Amino acid sequence: MTTEAPEKKEEERGKEESFFGLFLHNLWSANTVVVTILSIFLALLIGAVLIVISDSEVLATFSYFTARPSDALTASWDLISQAYADLFKGAIFDPAAVQAWFDGSGDWKTALNPLSETLTYAAPLVFTGLSVAIAFRGGLFNIGGQGQAVIGCVTAGVAGFAIGLPAGLHLLVALSAGLIGGALWGFLPGLLKARTGAHEVITTIMLNYTATLFLGWLILQNGVQDPDRTDAVSKTIESSAALPSLPQPLRVHLGIVLAVLVTAGVAWLVNRSSFGFELRAVGVNPPAARTAGMSVGRTYIWLMVVAGGLAGLGGAVQVLGTADRLTGQVAGNIGFDGLLVALLGRNRPWGTLFAAILYGGLRAGGNLMQVDVGVSLELVTVLQALIVIFIAAPALVKAIFQLRDARTARLGASMAKGW
Amino acid sequence: MAGRRSPLVSRRSQEIPLRLELRGITKRFGDLVANDHIDITVEPGEVHALLGENGAGKSTLMNQLYGLLQPDEGEILVDGEKKVFRSPRDAIAAGIGMVHQHFMLVPVFTVAENIALGAEEVRGGPLGWLDRRRSRRDVLETSRKYGLPVDPDALVENLPVGAQQRVEIVKALTRDVDLLILDEPTAVLTPQETDELLAVMRSLAETGKSIVFITHKLREVKAIADRITVIRRGRTVGTASPDTSTDELAALMVGRDVNLEVTKTPADPGREVLKVSGLIVDDDRGIRAVDRVDLVVRSGEVLGIAGVQGNGQTELVEAIMGLREVRAGAVELEDQNLAGRTTRQVLRAGVGYVPEDRSLDGVVKDFTVAENLVLDLYDRAPFGNGWKLNPKAIDESARERVTQFDIRTSSPQSAVGTLSGGNQQKVVVAREMSRPLKLLVASQPTRGVDVGSIEFIHNQIIHERDVGTAVLVVSSELDEVVGLADRIAVMYRGRILAVVSPDTPREEIGLLMAGVTGAGNEEEDSE
Repeated sequence: MTTEAPEKKEEERGKEESFFGLFLHNLWSANTVVVTILSIFLALLIGAVLIVISDSEVLATFSYFTARPSDALTASWDLISQAYADLFKGAIFDPAAVQAWFDGSGDWKTALNPLSETLTYAAPLVFTGLSVAIAFRGGLFNIGGQGQAVIGCVTAGVAGFAIGLPAGLHLLVALSAGLIGGALWGFLPGLLKARTGAHEVITTIMLNYTATLFLGWLILQNGVQDPDRTDAVSKTIESSAALPSLPQPLRVHLGIVLAVLVTAGVAWLVNRSSFGFELRAVGVNPPAARTAGMSVGRTYIWLMVVAGGLAGLGGAVQVLGTADRLTGQVAGNIGFDGLLVALLGRNRPWGTLFAAILYGGLRAGGNLMQVDVGVSLELVTVLQALIVIFIAAPALVKAIFQLRDARTARLGASMAKGW
Repeated sequence: MAGRRSPLVSRRSQEIPLRLELRGITKRFGDLVANDHIDITVEPGEVHALLGENGAGKSTLMNQLYGLLQPDEGEILVDGEKKVFRSPRDAIAAGIGMVHQHFMLVPVFTVAENIALGAEEVRGGPLGWLDRRRSRRDVLETSRKYGLPVDPDALVENLPVGAQQRVEIVKALTRDVDLLILDEPTAVLTPQETDELLAVMRSLAETGKSIVFITHKLREVKAIADRITVIRRGRTVGTASPDTSTDELAALMVGRDVNLEVTKTPADPGREVLKVSGLIVDDDRGIRAVDRVDLVVRSGEVLGIAGVQGNGQTELVEAIMGLREVRAGAVELEDQNLAGRTTRQVLRAGVGYVPEDRSLDGVVKDFTVAENLVLDLYDRAPFGNGWKLNPKAIDESARERVTQFDIRTSSPQSAVGTLSGGNQQKVVVAREMSRPLKLLVASQPTRGVDVGSIEFIHNQIIHERDVGTAVLVVSSELDEVVGLADRIAVMYRGRILAVVSPDTPREEIGLLMAGVTGAGNEEEDSE
């Protein structure tokens, strides 16, 4: 749309805004990227309303809105802009801190801290998101990312404090332990699906509970529980097994680098490998895959092993990078957030990576927003949820913005159609 | 059968039979014309048989009459009055009821509950309670009146198939319908149950009900129908009386005007390549679909399997391909046993397979043409090494195939779903013929394919024969089987009734397809 044939110049001039028109048309065509961006925008818009409603002082100015509307509007605008500015400062960078770094009054650590926080939160989400995304490409709903991540935490954590090995090797062993633990936790529902047809949604949900309860039990056992503590906390992981990180107070660790590498690996696996070919065929048309000689059951099993392994690795990154010991909540919500991240990333590996970073940014920025203007951290959860709702209902977004359907929509381009 | 019964009953001067007229009904599904200007008149009190092969468009036509589909063109007249049926509710209100081929009953409900479903007897206003007693009484009354014994308190899931069908009929009758459509009602019945059903139809007609009886079985048509309309490829090809000879009916049904000549030299059969002996296979419901079938296909010949669809051809082919469990018997490919092998093992033993349902089993529509062309060999050199794909080799090979098999696509990277049916089928054929083959199994190779592609695909099949491959062609189009085959095996109810030469008179083959063996002897298989 950028190159115009010279002989057509005359005609083009007639339609002065043809380039702009084309641009608008493409923008208004509801391709998935546009819908995603508009979903985020809509979520922020609704979030703004919630910020105002949840602040009693600003809300009070609305009681005399008809008498002095400027009070209410100014107060609302101040609050919203400050909150979202904090969201940005907490997630990406704070201009003041960067300024201070340059003129020597501050240090680089403070300037980079927001990014560090974002990536710290994002790292495990990349893995759990990829776990859900790759399973979905193969036609499976892996709701078990949480359980697989918890088991990954457990195996990686135990390997991290129970055995003594030289640095580097120890880390590798601990990461592998997380990978294998998660893979085993994924293998079970895969096997059940292939052999008995048990629906993976049911079995993975049940295994989520099992994993969480197992973790709760395990950290109270002798040899696992920290002998100096009475509460449910495990021993501390040896420093030789911890993921190397930037100097304090920065928390970002090698996990995010690993996440990018694994994303590339998954992208290769899905698009360029024989297994990826199988899983994509099985994902969209199992009978045709079977007729062409593929074993659908075997594909399901391996797919769940890979998905479980990815989520397990996410758990390992969480426990070896961010946390330093096992607690009941060590895995947080990374498994379930992985579902949302995969959805936001349209089940594409690189999309999932960016979605995880966006989620990490919202989380990191939310912390600052809470401290600075007192907007509850829960608002971030609401924003995340709203984004997902809008993405899950593209028709709604298209209706709100009066988008046209993209002309060249490739068949089945939206992998989110099954959600 | 008073009008008090159902709130749905609006029409109605009671006991006056209904005259139905369909004028120029046309229904298209995409490019496919399922019904092409069909005219049918059903006189009051007559049993009108709608005869035609599966896929001829009978069910589509009746679904429009019953309000499940809306015609693209044409009109429906009831007693001379034009009607538009938006839903079965409208059809029932106009006095038309339907018993579907697959029963629409709730298995865990009782007979009375099933019959009341959709027209529940309610006392105490719209939020009242169900009047089960009256439902039961209605069932018994209808059942007695038409001589259709049903137990109102039995659970439907415990009833045999024949009894479930009676429940469906009683259900329609309690809605006060005057015209009853029976869609392939005998397909699921034993011969005894079939005879009972025919008797019921006769007595219903005597009480003034009109019946539209959809079937492809000549014997039943001749036994019961007052008038016969034959449909082929979506068109009415003739109206006949039951006195018409079975030969003539068979010829009408199977058709001889569509003459797709296949030019070929006489076959030069060699060694036995495929040998099927004593093969027994069950269908999805666990009912025997293939019953002790023996077959031999030699190299360099085409064995065609003719038969009305649903007589076990699908199951036979799936069993050969390792897609369906073999209950008993042997499938041998040059002394190599195929029974119990996986589909991949069968394919790699040198068998090519064109499945009958292209869009479900043949292609992955979201995949590109190139990807579909290597759906079977993606992990083998040169397309891959078991771990990674070789996109360059896949793309190069795709370009070659696209030219060689005349696949009309903008690029090998287009999704197969964007291609026409004929070109999708060429992708399947190209894929399956790109391996060295000992045996080619082609099931309905030209279904839903345009005429040009049909010719191309037929020539490819003959070419494969001429290079010494054994070919097994299954088709419900008799023309196709006659055109391609060097020998024809006629399959009926899971058995091979006869193996005949393609020069056999078409009427004779048609009779065999309808289960009639020997001159005039109508054999009814009692299994």
